[in-house]
Amino acid sequence: MIAETGLAALWLAAALALLQLFLAFGPAAMRGGGTAPVRSVAIVQGVLTLFAMAMLMLVFARTDLSVLLVAENSHSAKPWLYKVAGAWGNHEGSMLLWVTILGIAGAALAIFSRTLEDRTFTAALGAQGTLALGFFAFLLFASNPFARLDPPALEGRGLNPLLQDPGLVFHPPTLYFGYVGLSVAFSLAVGALVTGRVDSALAKAMRPWVLGAWIMLTLGITAGSYWAYYELGWGGWWFWDPVENASLMPWLAATALLHSVNVLVARDSLRAWTVMLAMVAFSMSMVGTFLVRSGILTSVHAFAVDPERGTFLLALLAIYVGAAFILFAVRSGKLAEGPPFELASREAALIGNNLLLTVILGVVFVGTLYPLFVEAATGAKLSVGPPYFNSVAGPIALLLAVLICIGPLLAWRRDNGEKLKRLAIPALAGVTVLAIFLFAIPDGGLLEKVALGIASMLALSALLPLVGRKLRRTPLSTWGMVVAHFGVAVAIAGMATSSLFTSEVLIAARPGEQVAVGPWTVEFKSVTPAVGPNWTALQAELRASRGGGVSVLRPQSRFYSSPPTETTESAILTVPSGQLYTVLGKSAEDGRWQLRLWWKPLVTLIWLGGALIALGGALALGGRAWRGWRKAQEA
Amino acid sequence: MFKPKHQRLTLVVIAVVAVGVAVLLAMWGLKDRAAYFYTPAEIASGKAAVGQPIRLGGMVEKGSIQRLADGVTIRFEVGDGTADVPVIYRGIVPDLFREGSGAVAEGRLAANGTFVADNILAKHDERYMPPELGNQAAEHKAAKTVER
Repeated sequence: MIAETGLAALWLAAALALLQLFLAFGPAAMRGGGTAPVRSVAIVQGVLTLFAMAMLMLVFARTDLSVLLVAENSHSAKPWLYKVAGAWGNHEGSMLLWVTILGIAGAALAIFSRTLEDRTFTAALGAQGTLALGFFAFLLFASNPFARLDPPALEGRGLNPLLQDPGLVFHPPTLYFGYVGLSVAFSLAVGALVTGRVDSALAKAMRPWVLGAWIMLTLGITAGSYWAYYELGWGGWWFWDPVENASLMPWLAATALLHSVNVLVARDSLRAWTVMLAMVAFSMSMVGTFLVRSGILTSVHAFAVDPERGTFLLALLAIYVGAAFILFAVRSGKLAEGPPFELASREAALIGNNLLLTVILGVVFVGTLYPLFVEAATGAKLSVGPPYFNSVAGPIALLLAVLICIGPLLAWRRDNGEKLKRLAIPALAGVTVLAIFLFAIPDGGLLEKVALGIASMLALSALLPLVGRKLRRTPLSTWGMVVAHFGVAVAIAGMATSSLFTSEVLIAARPGEQVAVGPWTVEFKSVTPAVGPNWTALQAELRASRGGGVSVLRPQSRFYSSPPTETTESAILTVPSGQLYTVLGKSAEDGRWQLRLWWKPLVTLIWLGGALIALGGALALGGRAWRGWRKAQEA
Repeated sequence: MFKPKHQRLTLVVIAVVAVGVAVLLAMWGLKDRAAYFYTPAEIASGKAAVGQPIRLGGMVEKGSIQRLADGVTIRFEVGDGTADVPVIYRGIVPDLFREGSGAVAEGRLAANGTFVADNILAKHDERYMPPELGNQAAEHKAAKTVER
């Protein structure tokens, strides 16, 4: 019954999405029938999808093996947390989560964005309903999560062990809130193009959504990176895997949008550009969804290969993106010009930011899709990996980091260059750091050394907007900018240091031997069996010391019985100066065991930087919300 | 510079230039940094250039895995029924790497004809398979059906 209730809720929600489309674009809306009907429909639709998602989590929690999806992806002996989170650890469930968040976003838009002018608001809700309708169709016709299995299975096939990790609880929902949160910016842009009212009121309505989605994307990517880092046991934190790129591309577009929407709020400038970016950002989310969910790529993220689904998603993508850009082409010419500005101005710097982000986005996009195009065109198979992305996107990203030092110091419209003098000290610091690394370490990549120089310069200049201000009266949004930009410097420093200074040891050792890695001495004590709820393992005991006390690490090689899979569980020791990363490999069959040890100085800065960037966003969002609330109270 | 009349035109031109630059940069970067996928037969016929980053995929031949004295380097042969390519790899092999099963090696072909792998990908289970192997398996099946 639970599954049928969930399915019924989905059908109802789909019907409401259709109704929402008609209410928004039908004759009633054209007469100006008010926003109340379409608004309530959007809210009920959101509640129904949320209900359907809850039903799916319920059948997973109860391991109802008469539901096909549960039988194929769950197991009664799995820990409770992974049973529930396993609801989205498969194709159908994760698409339902996607649609649920789309529904919630639509409902939230209906509840919160009341300041917007009625016609634009109605059209935006109509666009949101149209988006939902397509993805409901995809769920109901090509990916039904509630399909029954008759007779029921005796036992489920289990969840991919790589996904049996607390990361599964947070990473997909966070990332999806980011991906799908951008749909609201997309719908608002469509709404504004329909009515032709692209102005700072629209930007004000759009900004919190962009900021919120961007924060979630930042957190989701950062968390996903750390998850891959410790779970895969490869010691890397970013592999330029197409699936990773699928999350990076919307982030790049959202970052550009976040900055241009501010120009539109503050200066009523960059109208067409901002609308364009809002469309590109969510289009990138859909491209990402297509890449990951169509089965065109194979990875832990791609759950099932089914050409029909790929075609369906591609058709949805083509229809939505195509329609949006046709609308843009037809309507954007009618948008009025914003006020003028000069080359030395905040606006120009933000355009620079947008262009560099666009170039990085283009480079990542081409690199990610190139293998698909080549295979389709010539049949040749190839892959594009880190050498391409690092050497092409890396330098542009560093150029952007330099621009972050300058932009916040410039005044709107026209700048006299006065504040730029403050950059002298950070620039000097950057050059000094670069010089030290160039002379002190003759080998090692130039890109990393330049990155360290630029990171030092950025870390200092990120703080400059606070100079000469009363700190307690500085708006939270300014603090947010400072913290986020500082976070960029921290992340770059972490990436460059871990790349330059990581020491790695790969060895076959007997219990009792000592291994040196970086400043650490690691004593290999033993390998013993270990048992968990649904796995057995071989577990090594390593005692690491560096002068002072001894820390024990226990990397494992795990065997899961359902589905039968072996996984490598790394053990990581985190100290302020970095991480000691240990992996137990195979037996060398002569009493020795393969051990792989890394000392990664300051690697933690990468994720700390990511967290700071997200925190900066949260400060800006919270600060603005607080101000808005205060104003409403006073009025 | 950004006079109201010219502002939009300037922005459009800049945006087009940015996208153009991105595509040019990408094509330049891809020219020598994309790793092509080869089968052992293609390598045997000399299709792959020595020293270029490439991927080699096929079946790990039965009885071919040898462990070297250092305990962390292995040699094995990857074949596709027509040819075998010797592979050397220093590292921890993936959990499902075994003889008679599919694998993809990433690395370079050395002048002596040995493939030096930096990374090995193995078939995880039926559902998590490197795409090239999935296709190969399908082709194998198709070939077998035709034989019958």
